Amino acid sequence: MQEKAGVEGEGVPLNFRRSRNVKERLIGAGLFACAAASTLITVGVVAVLLGETINFFTQVSIVEFFTGTRWEPMFLEKHFGVLPLLTGSFMVAGGAAIIALPVGLLTAIFLSEYAQPGLRKVLKPVLEILAGIPTVVYGYFALTFVTPLIRTVLPGTDVFNAASASIVVGIMIIPTVSSLSEDALRAVPNVLREGAYGLGATKLEVATRVVVPAALSGIVASFILAISRAIGETMAVTIAAGNLPNMTLNPFESIQTMTAYIVQASLGDTPRGTIVYQTLFAVGMTLFLITLAMNILSQWILSRFREEYE
Amino acid sequence: MSDTESMFAGVSNPRARRRRRMGAVFAVLCAAATMVGVVFLAVLLVDVALDGVPRITREFLTGFASRLPEQAGIKAALAGSVWILLLTAFIAFPTSVSAAIYLEEYAPHNWMTRVIQTNIANLAGIPSIVYGILGLALFVRYLGFDRSVLSGALTLSLLVMPVIIMASQEAIKAVPSTLREAAYGLGATRWQVVSTQVLPMAMPGILTGTILALSRAVGETAPLIMVGAVGFIAFTPSGPLDRFTVLPLQVYSWVSRPQEEFHLLAAAGIVVLLVLLLTMNAVAIVLRNRYQTRN
Repeated sequence: MQEKAGVEGEGVPLNFRRSRNVKERLIGAGLFACAAASTLITVGVVAVLLGETINFFTQVSIVEFFTGTRWEPMFLEKHFGVLPLLTGSFMVAGGAAIIALPVGLLTAIFLSEYAQPGLRKVLKPVLEILAGIPTVVYGYFALTFVTPLIRTVLPGTDVFNAASASIVVGIMIIPTVSSLSEDALRAVPNVLREGAYGLGATKLEVATRVVVPAALSGIVASFILAISRAIGETMAVTIAAGNLPNMTLNPFESIQTMTAYIVQASLGDTPRGTIVYQTLFAVGMTLFLITLAMNILSQWILSRFREEYE
Repeated sequence: MSDTESMFAGVSNPRARRRRRMGAVFAVLCAAATMVGVVFLAVLLVDVALDGVPRITREFLTGFASRLPEQAGIKAALAGSVWILLLTAFIAFPTSVSAAIYLEEYAPHNWMTRVIQTNIANLAGIPSIVYGILGLALFVRYLGFDRSVLSGALTLSLLVMPVIIMASQEAIKAVPSTLREAAYGLGATRWQVVSTQVLPMAMPGILTGTILALSRAVGETAPLIMVGAVGFIAFTPSGPLDRFTVLPLQVYSWVSRPQEEFHLLAAAGIVVLLVLLLTMNAVAIVLRNRYQTRN
């Protein structure tokens, strides 16, 4: 219908109509170019990562990369096993999930089922602020506040440790869990709640046995998205968790995540063509694929398991 | 809902009482969980303010980075952040809004539009450091912009574009279609409809989304480390091809030193950064409120 709207009336001179059409077309093409440019970002990311990653794998065997347990690309005798970095990333993300998933879900249940509208209106923006604070600030807080606190309780803890990073990253991703889960909970129609109350259920039973199961796809999707954010988190883990690619599951030791390695390697002088330069891209590719897979999984769960209500 | 619960009040068998008590415990648990985020935020802000505010002096705001903590200041970082903010806005705003106009007003319903739309949603989930790697390879090395303000602003533009596009699309969607139809009925072309009716109506929403996205860019550190911004810069950029540093990076460079004095400087830098972000957010909220009352 809108296509036809550009057609002019009879009385307008022909050359005016033509120049007007040309202008319209040029504008349309320009706008399309801007929209198409956004896909070029993805193409660019993939092309850049893939190019140098292939260069990297001509020099390092892919088996060593994924099974090696030592990450020492800057030493004289080099080792390129990415497992210590993967372990580091997943340990921080796992620790963050232990905090953020239950706290975020309970926050969402409180906001959606318990809080008065006035209280909700105050609490929601406050939680949004948590998501808006720069991650370098979380890093500072982890290093100068959380870590000393842990060290007074457990004096054997390293100055840089995974636990401190996990705690602040966990807090950082609470808003991701709580706001997306709350959206899912609020989308559950009231008739379900009222039906359950009618059968004599208490508020707790309505919330945990009716509303949460009905919103489960949205809740799980928010969990996956939050963990994906934790894996991609950079500054807080770089500052608080340290730069020691250490194959350990002890959260009180210094470790290094994939993101922290990328920062460390790019801070030094890494000329193009060197193996250290290429590790940036190989590790970046690994990080990109992991987060992409999690984001796609979360979208798939949302669309595949969504409960539709009229 | 409290009516339904008061119905139980009359029932006094032990099982009903236990269920009620469980319900009360759960309600307290949910409220406590909500307070975790709120309390953490309060402790963080108070801690940073206590460490940082006393350190903010005129010398701190007008001095350059220094090896001596008592002389160090944030002039270069503050100037760099403003440069990055303006240049990123200049690059990202027109392209993102154009993309949003295309997707909402022009795009046909075909596979290409769907690809573009899905792609934008996925871009928002890419970790910011991956954008930094792209910026390093593309702008710094391939296009030869080196470690400049321009490289940094282009990298951050890629980062905020998906956010601005999605916010602008929401704002454009909210413009009632009767307005468009009336304009078409008067013989306006599509671009006339967009530029004289849709955009003015959607602009407050677009600006709110843009400011929030830009405040994210101002707080970013990792992508700018990748494109080669460093904490120790003793001049303010005078053009887009100059080297630069920004506030979060200056904070990072102070935090990563072992001495306590530098940590206090970092706290002071954080206070300045948070004030800047708070101002931007306040502007966005004012815009949003004005927008809501008009509709």
